Amino acid sequence: MSRLLSLYRSTLGKKAIVAVTGVAMLVFLVLHVIGNLKAFLPDPQLGVPDIDVYSRYLRSMGTPLLPHGAALWAIRIVMLVALALHVVCVVKLARINHAARPIRYHRRRFVEATTAARSMLVTGAILLAFLGFHLLQFTTGTIDSERFVEGAVYANLYRAFHEVSIFAIGYVLAMGILATHVYHGAWSLFQSLGYDRPDRNPGLRAFALLLALGLFVTFSSVPVAFFSGKMPVPPDSKRVAAVKGGG
Amino acid sequence: MNFVLKIWRQEGTGSGGAFSHYEVRDVEPTVSFLEMLDTLNEELTESGQEPVAFDSDCREGICGMCSLVINGQPHGPIPGTTTCQLYMRHFSDGEEITIEPWRSSAFPVLRDLVVDRSAFDRVMQAGGYVTVHSGPKPEPNSIPIEPEVAEEALDAACCIGCGACVAACPNGAAMLYTSAKVSHLALLPQGQPERYARVTAMVEQMEEEGFGSCRNYAECEAACPKEISIKFIGRMNRDYLRAALREPINPRGKMESQ
Repeated sequence: MSRLLSLYRSTLGKKAIVAVTGVAMLVFLVLHVIGNLKAFLPDPQLGVPDIDVYSRYLRSMGTPLLPHGAALWAIRIVMLVALALHVVCVVKLARINHAARPIRYHRRRFVEATTAARSMLVTGAILLAFLGFHLLQFTTGTIDSERFVEGAVYANLYRAFHEVSIFAIGYVLAMGILATHVYHGAWSLFQSLGYDRPDRNPGLRAFALLLALGLFVTFSSVPVAFFSGKMPVPPDSKRVAAVKGGG
Repeated sequence: MNFVLKIWRQEGTGSGGAFSHYEVRDVEPTVSFLEMLDTLNEELTESGQEPVAFDSDCREGICGMCSLVINGQPHGPIPGTTTCQLYMRHFSDGEEITIEPWRSSAFPVLRDLVVDRSAFDRVMQAGGYVTVHSGPKPEPNSIPIEPEVAEEALDAACCIGCGACVAACPNGAAMLYTSAKVSHLALLPQGQPERYARVTAMVEQMEEEGFGSCRNYAECEAACPKEISIKFIGRMNRDYLRAALREPINPRGKMESQ
């Protein structure tokens, strides 16, 4: 434990924590987007969208071994801890970095640094704000509490993205920011953990690019599909309520 | 060739500085950048003004003394060279050239363009050594080393400690310097006994000096006059994490003095 604490005190250790928590969040994002794609699957039974079934599964995961919702809460807590560590370490590092270059250059020409790398703090801050908004919209339903129905995932998506165009546009833009952040982060984490090698680097760069593009395309496909009007209308709210009672 | 020079002038550490403009005329394209500054200083001295203070020594790219940020790039626009290897033909006639010192809180400006780089010496003192026995010297080449390993160690050992990596890094990090110094010893058999103690001590000293952290921009590699690869940073990270996570070993063991 004392060794982990001393690791946290060093900048190299903080970078390693940022990298490991970044990996945890990337794994979560991949699982999240796979779940999102269930919005495109046909209803397993009439009037019950597949993504609603998945949402109920997430809550009943681990039962009867674990209490209802325990597994989901465990994942939520792990993700919150990872996010908190990621943000705290980055903020501490940013302060150290700022102190290391108190007087900026009058003229500066960058050769290697990508825009994605140089804007990590900005993209990270936007993503943090987006995450707060996203949870308020689709987890607690605070953003549009009059029309939000807990458990009716498909209907909530339909209302948000089909009926309010600003949400669809905002989400696609936010996914663009996410892709920029992941493009640098998913490569950079290998160096922070010491797994980069010159012969591996082109592969690692390609992996980061593919991951960034893949997350952007798959995450954006849901709001874009609902916005385009090609998605079927959700089952009426009575049926939704019945499903909720049954679940 | 004619140039307008925009040079950072500063009395001493802690005192404020500002840019001054100087015009240099009829400069031969074959003249080196530092010779052009020498000529300017002669003119300034003759007209009773204070000459521009800048560092230089060997003027053949091996000592690591020259340290100018020219038009926003440490050691100027030509990759893989030091400032002294830069010639006026690399600039266009009539150009305004901005010259600034290395900017880092760990490298305080002593005067004008001269900075104090003794922070690097202290990082080196913290662990840049190997243990040798004091008896008769062994036959050279008595320890066989794979050529690839020897070459890689030499690539790291090319570091001349000029500080361009720190100057180029948007975070003012000394990761390329420290990792080159750590790696050239960690790669060779002679450096193994202190390998993990060395990386810990040198990284701790690096942080104490107030250098920033690595964000994997690779600007340091682009600015390095010896073109040292950032792969050594990854190597140092790996060794540092290993050293930090494993059980600390007391090198004295049970041999504490009675």
